[in-house]
Amino acid sequence: MIGSSIAWVSVETSDEWFAALLRLLTLADYNTRIVILGTALLGCAAGVVGSFTLLRKRALVGDAISHAMLPGLGIAFLVATLSGGDGRSLPILFTGATISGLVGAAAILGLRSTWRLSEDAAFGIVLSVFFGAGVALLGVIQSLEAGHAAGLEGFIYGKTASLSWMDLMVIITAAAVALVLCTMYFKELALLCFDQAYAETQGYSKWWLDGLLMSLVVGIAITGMQAVGLILVIALLIIPAAAARFWTHRLSRQVLISAGIGMAGCFGGGMTSALLPNLPAGAVIILACATLFLFSLMFGGAQGLVWRAIRRRQWQQIMLRQHLLRAVYERAEAKTTEPKIVRESEVRIEIADLMISRSWSRTQLERLVDGAQREGLITRIGSQVALSKPGWVQAKKLTHQHRLWEMYLITHADVALQQVDRLADDIEHVLEPSVIHELERLLQGRTAEVVKSPHQIPEPS
Amino acid sequence: MELDGWTWALDGWIVLTAMLCAMSCALLGNFLVLRGTSMLGDAISHAVLPGLAVAFWVSGSRSGTGMFVAAVLAAVVTVFLIETLRRSAGVDRGASMGVVFTAMFALGMIMIVQVADHVDLDPNCVLYGSIELTPLDQWEIAGWLVPKAVVTLGSTLLLNGLFVALFYKELLLTAFDSDFADSMGFSSQVVHYGLMTLVAITAVASFESVGSVLVVAMIVVPPASALMMTDRLSGMLAWSMGLAALAAIMGHGSAVVVPGWFGMGSTLTSGMMAVSAGGLLLICGLIGSRRGVVTRWLRQRTFAAQVAADDVLGFLFRLEERATLPTPTATLATAQGNFEFVGSTLTQLSAGLGQSLRQCARVIAGLGRRGEIESCGDRFRLTEAGRRRAQLLVRAHRLWELYLVEQAQCEVDRIHEKAEAWEHVTDESMRESLERATSQTALDPHGSRIPPEIARNDD
Repeated sequence: MIGSSIAWVSVETSDEWFAALLRLLTLADYNTRIVILGTALLGCAAGVVGSFTLLRKRALVGDAISHAMLPGLGIAFLVATLSGGDGRSLPILFTGATISGLVGAAAILGLRSTWRLSEDAAFGIVLSVFFGAGVALLGVIQSLEAGHAAGLEGFIYGKTASLSWMDLMVIITAAAVALVLCTMYFKELALLCFDQAYAETQGYSKWWLDGLLMSLVVGIAITGMQAVGLILVIALLIIPAAAARFWTHRLSRQVLISAGIGMAGCFGGGMTSALLPNLPAGAVIILACATLFLFSLMFGGAQGLVWRAIRRRQWQQIMLRQHLLRAVYERAEAKTTEPKIVRESEVRIEIADLMISRSWSRTQLERLVDGAQREGLITRIGSQVALSKPGWVQAKKLTHQHRLWEMYLITHADVALQQVDRLADDIEHVLEPSVIHELERLLQGRTAEVVKSPHQIPEPS
Repeated sequence: MELDGWTWALDGWIVLTAMLCAMSCALLGNFLVLRGTSMLGDAISHAVLPGLAVAFWVSGSRSGTGMFVAAVLAAVVTVFLIETLRRSAGVDRGASMGVVFTAMFALGMIMIVQVADHVDLDPNCVLYGSIELTPLDQWEIAGWLVPKAVVTLGSTLLLNGLFVALFYKELLLTAFDSDFADSMGFSSQVVHYGLMTLVAITAVASFESVGSVLVVAMIVVPPASALMMTDRLSGMLAWSMGLAALAAIMGHGSAVVVPGWFGMGSTLTSGMMAVSAGGLLLICGLIGSRRGVVTRWLRQRTFAAQVAADDVLGFLFRLEERATLPTPTATLATAQGNFEFVGSTLTQLSAGLGQSLRQCARVIAGLGRRGEIESCGDRFRLTEAGRRRAQLLVRAHRLWELYLVEQAQCEVDRIHEKAEAWEHVTDESMRESLERATSQTALDPHGSRIPPEIARNDD
């Protein structure tokens, strides 16, 4: 049952607590060993399979399919009991649930293709109708003989805290099969996920590949369901895969990271549940996975919010710095008719005069100047600034780019003169050398000097 | 009506409760299905658990408005989290639902174990519900004893109906094109969160009495069935409500009756309602007027038969034309009456159309029944009615050929097959447009005369 903890640790003093932790970390206890190994393996396999279903935009397929197993369970129980056998025999229930899950998977594919229903509608239909049928069957079984069906529901809610040696063997087998199949058909599954149409032109049948993926989900779901419960299986199929996407864009790495997160979540969750009293193992594992998800969401290398924010901030800084350099250059250019002859360090600009160039506040401007000075681009003398040698080179290049783009907009894109400055601002920072070269060729023939501004540069009053 | 184990005082209320719940869910479900968020009912049904735990912790009891409010709040938080993950972190919608609802469920689970270890707050009661017990919990309203569930679900339905009626245009727009809706000046976000809050309220109100299985089923299945019947939103709303109510009635009926056939006691209404809704979906999927498989197949067959009949008529018309107008350039006046067209034999038809004798005979029998072909001896020829139909058909064919050459710059030797395919679906207004678009000459690119339009005089 998802709601019970691995309850064997009872600790009173800190010494005992430490001893318990040690026993836990060395997996000395038989029960912990089985629970943690079993769930971690399951988490690994589910993480791998989940990566593919997520990319196929079918993250919730595990949810639908695991619910769709209930009626098979009921039918298997009824048939076995009515024919005089033991309705609670595991192989029989296993078979019934698997068949029912496969029928559910086929129904999802059928609803998609025959009636053009969307993915999520197909999931909702299969989940609710199958589960409803299962509930009705359980109701019948209940009324057949009071208490007879007890334990049948436990099959779908699992018993994480009391996995047996048999369960572990089943999980090992299922995980091994799933991992081998995913490795063998990695290329095909990747094609299916990224470009189904292309996969079909390459001679792979969509039905075969979708069927394979669905069967893998059924396999994981049936194994995990009776071991750790429905909700935990759904979580393991979704959360690690979703977390892995924040770390990398490459599928092969995603699959590996997802498997790692699944394993780590199960490991950490299982440990926590064993160490602290009164914590249901299944629920703690889900929360452990969710924590890893949150961590990935924040700090993931490829998509993580923190890195994205940092990158955005850096980019803004670069843009502001470039604006400052251009503003100083344009002021300097206005002060002297022949900017080439003047020694760069001698053209001094009042900071107050720069205020008019952009809508920046005085403090912002001061901070920018200080930053540029630290970088050695600008020298500050009292209330004045001057470009250093590298600053001059960079500013010249930037101004050149800006004006080239302005001229391009005016001559080739029919943009009004009043608008070009702003439009050029948006794009000048991302112009590549090859584009600059092309613009130069297009507009004026090759020249290394700075072109003239097509519009009036505002003067300080 | 006499049914074993059916009493109106009890079962009547159960059916009414079920209908109210089903219709509330289905009404909002339409918009969820159209927006691709059908699984939201499932997500909410699991995610309310921490809300319930908190409410229990605060109030110490497991009934009353506290529970209700807390559950709705938890549901709204869930929706908000799902949407935030999707928008600002770019997580796939299904995945963000899965992450949020499993985590919320786990959190709720742990909270329940902490605060209510030995109290009966079973998550299963949320999942299954017990609609059978709703008539026992009654309120007295104006001297009438009415089950509590009927009152709450009735108000929910009313609220939902009001919302849909007031924001129909906005909902329609946001369901199909939220970007456009945004550009129209009202925020699709506001409508979105309004809808989501109502979904949360409806779901929570339903869990209490009927369980979450039913909520998930009624949010998705009747609207999906309605999609089989119609393409219009208003029609979809009407169909889904009707089907939901029908599923409720069938569900309870079958829960009481069906197990009896196998000599067993009655089963759970909520389960059988979901199954009934599934059955109705299957029926709609087979014979639905829009997407029904059988309907589509029949439509294809009817069209194939029409094409076959058109081909026979066109063939006879062209033979007749060749007999009466020996040279293409001869005018109708000089040529008429020169020959008497005697018709075509079945063998000629079969050879000319490249169809089997049996197929031709079947088509001719059909045309004969409609009075468009008459037989004289072993030959067949057009009646007046048949000639009119054939004339319009051939007119459409030749107008298309002319159009393809003049307007689409097609090669003359490639236009025949195209015209052959389109002549069957060209109506009067289309023929008019074609005539306007072409140079209105009397001859088609092959040099055949384009027959004139026949003025319709059906009063």
